[in-house]
Amino acid sequence: MAIASNDSAPLFATGASSTLRLIGYLALAIVLMVADHRNAYLTRVRWALSVAIEPVYRVAAMPAQIARQAGLAMADREQLTETNAKLSEQLLLAQARLNRLAALREQNQRLQELLDVQHSLGLGVQLAKIIDVDTDPFRHRLVVDAGARQGIEVGQAVLDAHGVMGQVVEVLPNTAVVMLITDPTHALPVVVERSGLRTIARGSGTLDTLELPNIPISGDCKVGDRLLTSGLGGHFPAGFPVGEIRAISNDASGMFAAAQATPDAALDRAGEVLIVHELPDAIGPPAPAPASGPPTADAAPDSRQ
Amino acid sequence: MNRARANSLLFWGSLLMCYVLQLMPLPDVMLPLKPYWLALVLVYWSLEAPERIGLGFAFVLGLVGDAFAGELLGEQALRLCILCFILLRFRARLRFFPMWQQALAVFTLLLNDRIVLLMVRAIAGEAVPPATYWLAPLTGALAWPWVFLLLDDLRARIRARET
Repeated sequence: MAIASNDSAPLFATGASSTLRLIGYLALAIVLMVADHRNAYLTRVRWALSVAIEPVYRVAAMPAQIARQAGLAMADREQLTETNAKLSEQLLLAQARLNRLAALREQNQRLQELLDVQHSLGLGVQLAKIIDVDTDPFRHRLVVDAGARQGIEVGQAVLDAHGVMGQVVEVLPNTAVVMLITDPTHALPVVVERSGLRTIARGSGTLDTLELPNIPISGDCKVGDRLLTSGLGGHFPAGFPVGEIRAISNDASGMFAAAQATPDAALDRAGEVLIVHELPDAIGPPAPAPASGPPTADAAPDSRQ
Repeated sequence: MNRARANSLLFWGSLLMCYVLQLMPLPDVMLPLKPYWLALVLVYWSLEAPERIGLGFAFVLGLVGDAFAGELLGEQALRLCILCFILLRFRARLRFFPMWQQALAVFTLLLNDRIVLLMVRAIAGEAVPPATYWLAPLTGALAWPWVFLLLDDLRARIRARET
């Protein structure tokens, strides 16, 4: 846009040309957005620019990291002793549970061999650190410090010690973007642990709430029920804790019950996450069977052979 | 270092700083309050050094911002273009506003920016953001005097060192 530098310039001195240029740029931006919405160009652009993007992410995360480390360094002795005591208590408990689990695993192995089952619960996971950057406060995304070079792929499930956190939605060479289960555009197939009722948990846009908008009125589900991943849809491995139902009410139409759940995973805390390695096989309906019935005209000769 | 170089260092440094600030994590409560730093600094430079700023420049700045944020490519480009257009059109008047009026003008610009963003996201089929979405322009307007004074002071120092 031409800027008049002399003082005699009138206050409204921008001709039609600058408006035209604005329209041109706006049209260009809209074309870019539509193209990106359709084809996800941005991922490729970001991949090409990752050399520049990733260092900026690390720089942006630095102050928070330094603050956390400073907090750690200044934590007083009493507090440390307290956490230490608490942790060793937890460790003891976990150890006891693990010992029992070892026995259970052997038993399970035996039973599985007996049943000749191929699947196992063996789980390849990879540890990744959260890079504490915030790309947009209204989308629930995380950036983790493992990417394509570390073998991360789009679609892998992300867990923490307590439950499911989300899934990988974008991979750069050394970082990956994770969509949290509370993102408004995320939906997760779940099953109620107690009754086996299957439903879908949607993100609500707030970090401590999942919405279960359509539970059948007659469905067996009550406050305090635990939710697990059902494994349907094939994106998430089955049987991981997702959350706990906090409230149930009727939805607006009165046709369904709508519940709210608290996620188990500590979504608001920075630290380490586990990325599940292999994408599970889709446990879903089998591929549609070839149409049966009277053979059509052109299929008829084949079927007679 | 001569003055032109110091000035362009400040210019590019302030823009880079914006990208970093934009990505910087904050405590959860403060997240919705994060001002749109890039817009604030763009406002400053188009008021004070309009020869560096044009619609095309705003467009490129936005594209780079999109690459960092990983949102829709072109989203910030569109927002910054609109902002820059309004700004350059009213620059002659905005420059001589007292600070509080300038802050008010910045508030209006940022509010407009939010509305544009809301439109883009609604067309892209996203959920309506919560009420806290509208807080950012307010903090942006509150941050504006400080951004202005800081950058003005840095420029005055560069000028003073030269003479």
